[in-house]
Amino acid sequence: MQLSVLLLVVCLVTLGAYAVGRGRALALASRGPTPIKLNSLPFYYGALTALWCAIPSLAVVVLWLVFDGALIEKAVLAGLPVEVLGAQGEHRDLVFNQIINMAAGHIGLEAQPAYLLAAKDHLQQFTALSQWAMAGCALAMGIFVALMVWLRIAPEFKARAKVEQVFRGTLFCCSGLAVLTTIGIVMSVVFEALRFFSHVSPLDFLFGLEWSPQIALRADQQGSSGSFGAVPLFLGTLTIAFIALLVAVPTGLMSAIYLSEYASNRMRDIVKPLLEVLAGVPTVVYGFFAALTVAPLIRDLGLNFGLDRWMVISSESALAAGLVMGIMIIPFVSSLSDDVINAVPQSLRDGALALGSTRSEVIKQVVIPAALPGIVGSVLLAASRAIGETMIVVMAAGMAANLTANPLDAVTTVTVQIVTLLVGDQEFDSPKTLAAFALGLVLFIVTLCLNYLALHIVRKYREQYE
Amino acid sequence: MVQSSLAKRYRSEKGFRAFGILSIAVGLVALSCLFVGIIGSGIGGFTQTKVRLELDLSVELLGITDTHNAEQIKDADYQPVVREALALRFPQVEGRSDKRLLNAIMSVGAGYEVQALMRKHPEWLGTKQTIWLTADDDVDVYYKSRKGKVLGDRLKEQQIGWIEELIAKGDMERKFNVAFFMSGDSAEPELAGILGTLLGSIFTLSITLSLSFPIGVAAAIYLEEYAPRNKFTDFIEVNINNLAAVPSVIFGLLGLAIFINLFHLPRSIPLVGGLVLTLITLPTIIISSRVAIKSVPPSIREAALGIGASKMQTILHHVLPLALPGMLTGAIIGMAHALGETAPLLMIGMVAFVMDIPDSIHSAATVLPVQIFLWSDSPERAFVERTSAAIMVLLMFLICMNTLAVVLRKRLERRW
Repeated sequence: MQLSVLLLVVCLVTLGAYAVGRGRALALASRGPTPIKLNSLPFYYGALTALWCAIPSLAVVVLWLVFDGALIEKAVLAGLPVEVLGAQGEHRDLVFNQIINMAAGHIGLEAQPAYLLAAKDHLQQFTALSQWAMAGCALAMGIFVALMVWLRIAPEFKARAKVEQVFRGTLFCCSGLAVLTTIGIVMSVVFEALRFFSHVSPLDFLFGLEWSPQIALRADQQGSSGSFGAVPLFLGTLTIAFIALLVAVPTGLMSAIYLSEYASNRMRDIVKPLLEVLAGVPTVVYGFFAALTVAPLIRDLGLNFGLDRWMVISSESALAAGLVMGIMIIPFVSSLSDDVINAVPQSLRDGALALGSTRSEVIKQVVIPAALPGIVGSVLLAASRAIGETMIVVMAAGMAANLTANPLDAVTTVTVQIVTLLVGDQEFDSPKTLAAFALGLVLFIVTLCLNYLALHIVRKYREQYE
Repeated sequence: MVQSSLAKRYRSEKGFRAFGILSIAVGLVALSCLFVGIIGSGIGGFTQTKVRLELDLSVELLGITDTHNAEQIKDADYQPVVREALALRFPQVEGRSDKRLLNAIMSVGAGYEVQALMRKHPEWLGTKQTIWLTADDDVDVYYKSRKGKVLGDRLKEQQIGWIEELIAKGDMERKFNVAFFMSGDSAEPELAGILGTLLGSIFTLSITLSLSFPIGVAAAIYLEEYAPRNKFTDFIEVNINNLAAVPSVIFGLLGLAIFINLFHLPRSIPLVGGLVLTLITLPTIIISSRVAIKSVPPSIREAALGIGASKMQTILHHVLPLALPGMLTGAIIGMAHALGETAPLLMIGMVAFVMDIPDSIHSAATVLPVQIFLWSDSPERAFVERTSAAIMVLLMFLICMNTLAVVLRKRLERRW
């Protein structure tokens, strides 16, 4: 039975459970000469029966799907000669994939050894059997539990309270998903990073000055060792983020100040949404813009000024990526600082104005100092954003891991390397792939600290004026 | 003393204001540069240079032996017909290499275009038809740039001569680029289209929406209405706030490690993409849904509870309907973000070169922003135009979604 068909059947059975549960409640109520008062509305009796039909059967389906792949693989491979699988079972995945492809008809069946053909037949049998068994178990489980609930239905049975419990439990699970996601991130990144650090020492990784992750296939190739010193990546990331903040913080902050302190309501209504459009543009569009327009422009400008006599000028540059990223972050900084500036009590401004300050003096000497913690928080958030930004740097900053502080040279960043190492097919045991996870771990820790610090500062600051 | 410093203070006041206006101007100029640049280079992508040729659809040229055999007509090779038509159009062209150059004027897909037309009009067999066929991408670039800076360096001198002759006779024109909207990806810019990736995006986003909206709303309800004030609730809240600011590449790593490496789901399918995007948009949706629930005044809850409604009834019958517009607005904005998300999808293999139009959440697909990334990497100059055109389509969708969100908020929002 197909999974979709099974789900449809489960739905139908659940509907049926609802009908019989509700029907039993109604029947109980109208039995006897005088109508009996039910504890809950008939709907709740039906709903409870239906819930206890759907939840167990879906749980069975989920558990089955999680475990059946591994079990089937084991059962199929058990019938194969040991020498095919290799002494330590190192060819297991390869052989099993071949069997799967044979069963799916991707590989011709001619000229395949007999044991593989037999295994293919086994696989098909087991899969069919497993699907039917899953359907049977799921439906039986659902109907059985629903029946138990149905039997307990009585006029004084508190169906509404039970349904509420299930409802609350479901809501709780949904909000727990956020925690699960975090755990998932930490687990996946940490485990693969640990595997990486068993190949490369963490000190070499964090303080090494050379990054060339290409591992040669043959021992006699150039650069066969592969070196994983991430300092060039960190430096590149910091350069670009610094340029971006250099653009975004003054512009964002000043636009926020102007819009909240000087601008008329009309101007604010027009300009603010327009600036927020900048935040809604996908980063891949910024990347395209940076690579197509800004980077060549900067290179041409550099060449025209004759800067190439003193420094390397490359067609992909940190400056181009940084500038465009800065533009992307402007609305981010401005909307965060806007909130912060608006939270400064009006009485502070009025006091300063009454003493005869000009408006800019009020802003510079009263509003900004009062809002400083919040502004710092928003700058930190913007920095975390700049460090984690990927597409702009992938498209405009280049791949070359140069150890340079020259903003006109091509640099590479942590995010660029994560993406380039992981795009395409990769095997999960080479240090090259695992390096991406180690970089991810560094990125995650750094952004987490920045975010935590920023949110903490902003919260503390809010409390100050509330 | 005050008087003497006044002029200086007013000057600095003016300077400060000018700085504010300047920074707003920087933002707006950058925005307009971005849009003008993209539209300027993308508008040409919606048209395609076509060549009018008189095709001789004779039986001999097509190698069809049985005129009643529909299969044979369908599967015949139509490339020679195009070549013959070009040779007839330019009888002066002699020699193998010149002929090859002449044939290079037309797209390699021109034969398939004729084939598709013949499937629709089998009665054309044995007749002569005058049809507009797609030109090669280099010709396209040349024709579109003819009036300004000519970009014809990939064409030979003879080819330019032939093209100018075609233009002079009115046999070369720009037509609406149907292929751009009706086909999948292709290595040839003139044949490449966005239909496949659009469908990929739609499949991916429908997974994302159908998972993240209910889960996000449920989590928001729990946190706002049920959660006790304790350490664990605080922990969940801190988690959600942090997840909202985690870089999206990290979610790509998660997707790769969990969905592909652990659960062995196939790469490049919208299902996995949708799951990853769900995790990315979930924090945003939870946060905006919480704001919406918070804005429903407590008096409504108290009134419902007061007349005997249970907590669940209060929430489902009163709080949720009132908070729904705000939640929907948040969900649409979250979806707009998901539509533009690229980096995590690169890592779960949605960068594959997919020519086929995906037909389900299990078939290999890419999404629109990834397609933009792929095209922007292509060396062919005609792809620059296509990339910008695809960006325009993407921005159109985003603008529509955001406008919808704003309208929804204006229409349905209630002030208490």
